[in-house]
Amino acid sequence: MTTIAELPPGFADKVLSAQSTFRSVMDAMARPGSVQRIVPMAGAPDTMMRGTAAIALTLFDHDTPLWLDARMAESADVTKWLKFHTGAPVVQDSSVASFALVGDGGALPSFESFALGTGEYPDRSTTVIVQIDSFTSGRGFELRGPGIDGVATLKASIKPFDLFERLQINEALFPRGIDVVLVADDAVVAIPRTTRVVSKGS
Amino acid sequence: MNAPAYNFAYLDEQTKRMIRRAILKAIAIPGYQVPFASREMPMPYGWGTGGVQVTAAILGPQDVLKVIDQGSDDTTNAISIRKFFAKTAGVATTTATAEATVIQTRHRIPERALNENQVLVYQVPIPEPLRFLEPRETETRRMHALAEYGLMHVKLYEDIARFGHIATAYAYPVRVNARYVMDPSPTPKFDNPKMDNCPALQLFGAGREKRIYAIPPYTQVVSLDFEDHPFEPYRFNAPCALCGAENSYLDEIVTDDKGGRMFVCSDTDYCEGRQAAGHYGSLSAAPYREKAGSHG
Amino acid sequence: MYVAVKGGERAIENAHRLLAHKRRGDQSVAEISLDQISEQLGLAVDRVMSEGSLYDRELAALAIKQARGDLIEAIFLVRAFRATLPRFGASEPVDTGAMRVQRRVSSTFKDIPGGQILGPTFDYTHRLLDPSLAEGFVPDAPATAEASTAPTPRVTDILGRDGLIESSPQAEDGASVGDLTREPLNFPADRDLRLQNLARGDEGFLLAMGYSTQRGYGRNHPFAGEIRFGEVEVEFFAEDAGFAVPLGSIELTECQMVNQFKGSATEAPCFTRGYGLAFGQSERKTMSMALVDRALRARELGEEALAPAQDEEFVMSHSDNVQATGFVEHLKLPHYVDFQSELGLLRKLRQEFADANASDAMKEAAE
Ligand SMILES: [Zn+2]
Repeated sequence: MTTIAELPPGFADKVLSAQSTFRSVMDAMARPGSVQRIVPMAGAPDTMMRGTAAIALTLFDHDTPLWLDARMAESADVTKWLKFHTGAPVVQDSSVASFALVGDGGALPSFESFALGTGEYPDRSTTVIVQIDSFTSGRGFELRGPGIDGVATLKASIKPFDLFERLQINEALFPRGIDVVLVADDAVVAIPRTTRVVSKGS
Repeated sequence: MNAPAYNFAYLDEQTKRMIRRAILKAIAIPGYQVPFASREMPMPYGWGTGGVQVTAAILGPQDVLKVIDQGSDDTTNAISIRKFFAKTAGVATTTATAEATVIQTRHRIPERALNENQVLVYQVPIPEPLRFLEPRETETRRMHALAEYGLMHVKLYEDIARFGHIATAYAYPVRVNARYVMDPSPTPKFDNPKMDNCPALQLFGAGREKRIYAIPPYTQVVSLDFEDHPFEPYRFNAPCALCGAENSYLDEIVTDDKGGRMFVCSDTDYCEGRQAAGHYGSLSAAPYREKAGSHG
Repeated sequence: MYVAVKGGERAIENAHRLLAHKRRGDQSVAEISLDQISEQLGLAVDRVMSEGSLYDRELAALAIKQARGDLIEAIFLVRAFRATLPRFGASEPVDTGAMRVQRRVSSTFKDIPGGQILGPTFDYTHRLLDPSLAEGFVPDAPATAEASTAPTPRVTDILGRDGLIESSPQAEDGASVGDLTREPLNFPADRDLRLQNLARGDEGFLLAMGYSTQRGYGRNHPFAGEIRFGEVEVEFFAEDAGFAVPLGSIELTECQMVNQFKGSATEAPCFTRGYGLAFGQSERKTMSMALVDRALRARELGEEALAPAQDEEFVMSHSDNVQATGFVEHLKLPHYVDFQSELGLLRKLRQEFADANASDAMKEAAE
């Protein structure tokens, strides 16, 4: 068992690190497919990448119910670290979660099991944060939509392999839908519900 | 007595998190008004508290902030807001549009084209474009959910029937990404085309009405109109009397009580820049002598 | 020669210096102290604490002094300060039944257990200006008696024992109480949020709204079941300690209106409730609040909601004086860019109107 004192630390400078991390995530969301770096470093419990940890410290709190996939939830350190540093309540029911943390994309449940928002309040949806292997190797994807000047190309090695096929539900659901944030180490890419993706194959 | 101590950029971290989450949703759903628990700010509601909260949530020490009201950096409310952030966040401020990374504005979009490294933050009094047609939030929310915008078209069409034109000169409604009808804030309709496919991120904050909305970069923004009555941006047909610009939005200055008028750029930075580059209007005004950045 | 206006920054500084000077007034007159405001303008302090949503007499007195006695400005100062305070949680519900009552009146019964207590009140004073207050007034010592140990049960509880009044709607155990300063407000709003909104609402607005219900705009036949003012204990449940810790005592005014009964095929007729609560002594505010609270329960009680006071979107959207004053007063900010756009359109429409009339006149002349 890890004691609280032994938990990896949060941000050294809470205020400025959160601001810097937020700007990276905001830029990622505003420019889908672009790879943004998260600069400030916090300690991260095993299973959690440092980018994910920084995002958690920046956006999670008592007001954001949090759903953890089995990979994240099985680590006592992850749950303890999240509780201590963010206070976000961990929920079993993914359909009421503000955020979902997915450590094992291969076991990502159907997006329909998350909150999709309502017609009146499409913002009441789960933002799904998925840790992936890399933005430097893997398949190529062509992205279009708001935030993109024409076409953006994203290279990424992602699990589940059919992530973008699954995200096609966003087309029919809009303005309801799921926003996805992909994290690979300290790099982050956002795929908001408006982004349309075609695989380039290779 | 507890002497108040304030955080970087005034807002506490919990409030910033809440606003930041709202901003992310706003970007993900272009033109949709995200409700947020707006805080009481140390300036009155209606004076830019929404814009100030958005700016406070995004601003960092590397940013360079510009604040304009009516296109000018030197209007009293712009000065007051700029000083607020210079004091609470210690950020660098500028009047030069090109140097700014964050621009907070009331009622204008700068003339100079914005770039990808900039965020434009609008102060919004009434975020709901349908509000003057339907005062109830429950109703307007339903109309947005169903994309039921017939009422707005009827209103615009009634204008045409009565006046021969759409009689909306500012806060002219737009449709964002072919989905949400959105209030661009009370900018003159002259500025509407600048919102379309803009490289900069545009964020809108309505403090009293507790709404945040956004237009991501490179997003389609169309001013509502009819095929036989297309949208026309209004501009007084004259060059700027100070810099000779033919394509800027103009303020009308009353020069005497005998009907004397002159027209000068509303965007003071744009006008000064043109004068510094040697452009002169019919009235050869002295170029500005103040040093840039002298407003702390 | 025209040069765009500069020097706004200096103008602002000078205006604020002048304001500070005006605030102080004639400096040969002694400066007012916060104690004096708190002690001698106590009801102003109460109002600023209530509508400012912060129980702190000293800060409220400071705000009143800083605002030159403009109470809405003072409320705004307190709210802006409150918004920066860290939040540790919510107190336990206060027990107004256990209030150390200084004043307590009921209009529904001649006498009640614990008695009617007039306490400090303007009621039955003759509103004649009193010149003896102009200077050096020393009041007679108040009459005193042994503090009564008799309990002062709430009148609504007495009615409730016989089932004559609806039971106070209870939240589910463990249900969280809404907070419109932390969560964006959505409509329809539940009663917790409505009451919070009314408690923060402008006294004048609530007074006018409550008054309108008495004049027939959503009449609900009220009786002032009870108005009580006094001290209650505030406790906070500390999770670490595992028990409720006393934080101190505060003064509150509570008003319970008893309104005309309702009934249905399944429910026996009974009286209904309207509730008002404010910091300090504020009977006008709590009575108005109770009237409006009852009016806003129209939907819940299956009544037709046609009057302004029954319209929760209307009432809740316009009750806050800090919001209202900001938006009304923002009209003095420059709007010349929009005005210019409007001016351009108006000139164009007038030109077209003149052209059309001229061509009509030509046609007529030609005929
Ligand atoms: Zn010019």
